[in-house]
Amino acid sequence: MGISRRDALKVMVGAGGATLAAAATPGQANAAAVVARPDAVAMLYDATRCIGCKACMVACSKANHLEPDPGWSQGLYQAPADLNGKTKNIIKLYQEPGGAYSFVKRQCMHCLDPACTSACMLGALKKGDRGVVSYNPDLCIGCRYCTMVCPFNVPRFEWDSLAPKIVKCEFCKERLAEGKLPGCCEVCPTGAVIFGKYTDLLAEAHWRLDAHPGRYVPKVYGESEVGGTQVLYLAHVDFAKLGLPAYGPDPVPTAVREVFQEIYQGLVPPIALYALLAAVMMRSRRLVTGEGPEQEAEEP
Amino acid sequence: MTTAHAQPEAIRGVVFTRSVRLLSALAVIGGVLIVWRFLVGLGRATALTDGYPWGLWIAFDVVTGTALGCGGYAVALLVFVLNRGRYHPVLRPALVTSAFGYSIAAFSVMIDVGRPWLAWKIPVFFWHWNLRSVLLEVALCIMAYALVLWIELAPAFLERAQTSSVSVIRRLAEAWLPVLRKALPWVAALGLLLPTMHQSGLGTLLLLSGPRLHPLWNTIMLPLLFLTSCIAMGFGMVVIESALSARVLGRRPEIAMLAGLGGAMRPVVLVYLSIRIVDLIVRDQINDLFALDWFSVMSLIEFGLLFGALALLREERQRRDLGNLFRASMLLLLGGALYRFDVFLLAFQPGANWAYFPNVAEILITVGLVAAEIVGYVILINLFPILAGRPRSAVAR
Repeated sequence: MGISRRDALKVMVGAGGATLAAAATPGQANAAAVVARPDAVAMLYDATRCIGCKACMVACSKANHLEPDPGWSQGLYQAPADLNGKTKNIIKLYQEPGGAYSFVKRQCMHCLDPACTSACMLGALKKGDRGVVSYNPDLCIGCRYCTMVCPFNVPRFEWDSLAPKIVKCEFCKERLAEGKLPGCCEVCPTGAVIFGKYTDLLAEAHWRLDAHPGRYVPKVYGESEVGGTQVLYLAHVDFAKLGLPAYGPDPVPTAVREVFQEIYQGLVPPIALYALLAAVMMRSRRLVTGEGPEQEAEEP
Repeated sequence: MTTAHAQPEAIRGVVFTRSVRLLSALAVIGGVLIVWRFLVGLGRATALTDGYPWGLWIAFDVVTGTALGCGGYAVALLVFVLNRGRYHPVLRPALVTSAFGYSIAAFSVMIDVGRPWLAWKIPVFFWHWNLRSVLLEVALCIMAYALVLWIELAPAFLERAQTSSVSVIRRLAEAWLPVLRKALPWVAALGLLLPTMHQSGLGTLLLLSGPRLHPLWNTIMLPLLFLTSCIAMGFGMVVIESALSARVLGRRPEIAMLAGLGGAMRPVVLVYLSIRIVDLIVRDQINDLFALDWFSVMSLIEFGLLFGALALLREERQRRDLGNLFRASMLLLLGGALYRFDVFLLAFQPGANWAYFPNVAEILITVGLVAAEIVGYVILINLFPILAGRPRSAVAR
């Protein structure tokens, strides 16, 4: 037999070698920065303008037909502690002992290169029109891998349901299709959260930073973090304190892409490996089929 | 030496011993709780949260369970790729453990996911396949491999059917056995390809949680570490299973062969440990390994278990001592299992507001599944020609 087990071994070692090579040159696959699609929309949340009225939370629940979550308020009003299976949008308060405080709006960030859409087996989570990360329950088996991989811990699960779905902000995609604004942006009384074209809002954010030096932490959060997000933040308090971690510019799927996609490129390596293994198997066919261990005679 | 091993045969008579009855009871309790889980939903049945959406069932039943089910893979690598035909007699029992391990893992996933009635779409809806999804690769490979394992075992069932008193069954077996034997090399090649893909894939899975994974475990080497450790665990599992069935069923263990497997474990564990240590050095995490916080202690225990196994396997004399070999394999399995638990549960850090520890129902369901697996194994080796080696009575003569 022309192809020996040694060749099969070489391929296996080769696969390992590819992993090693990928490790030796981190970030190379990511040479091209993520660019927002031309029709991308965005939200800009300016924490200095937010008064914490939570009108956006109620509007969100209405627009998305979500049950109110009374939290610990004993049914008196809507008071979820965090994003959850009934809450796609939440206003939180950060307060320092000294008195400095800031509100922060949390919701899906609609990453330019999301971890969740890279994780999702059948594409139930998908980056679609306008760059919105949308959800299709018909293709979701409820594995919650999206929740495992989201760097912002956004996709939530309907833990109490017998037919649970993933719950997360989809920029009110139905309302967008009707030409309306997302629920939260429509009702915000101070313009703390506004909706528009991604490029426009990024420019607006930078304009505000330039126009009001000293008012803000000099940075647009979401411009570069994990490759960029379609929800942008301005704040006067360190972003990390608001629950927005200091992430680098590499999209979350970068490392996986290096390992996984390089190795499985076009499925050629696994198919080649299979052919070699099949050849190895044919070599010791009698052993494989359990017809008797005649192969032994050839052993050194 | 070829004739030293008897052909595989069915082991009659040891089914409903007391321990098997106890295991059956545990399996029934697990089964009842599984029904309950589907009646009340995941939120009430488990301690899982949006912070820790994956818990014991994924970390143990699926990730560790399939690694423990790598005996078939590891021995097949040895027999076919390294051409060590003399290990062939342990292949069939190893395949049985693997088949059970993988079937249980696949079943656990159906308990764990929220919408299992849509799971059929994963293999069927190929036009929706997200080819960037590591989980899709893992899911498809595990499903396919579970099937491959049972096909690889099919000759055992057909050999039994050949002697059936029902003529229809006998004729069917006689018609299908040759067909199966023709197809087997192609199936067995898949049996090597699929575990290579999905065992490394299980490591790749958490690479996507990178930003929230503790640096001691967050490395691009995860796939290779998962792959190498699963092979070592596969060998360990075969040794433990052989030693246990030798004791429980009163059969003489194939010491020379098991010692050989012990020898095969060493280079694999060494490769794993080298990658792990060099990786920590290259990523400048080696100091954190000795920081003696919770994470460092758990990593050090991982290393301790594996170095302990290596120490027990150092000399040929040690490897020929079944008790010693058993202890080494146990350390190896614990080390590999702890590594998987650490990656999936400890290293994964969703934030300070979240905590996870499996609740009683989760634990009892896992225990029940493992118990069902062992009972199934006992029944299977009683009914079908799986185990080679000789009954002790024949030896004692």
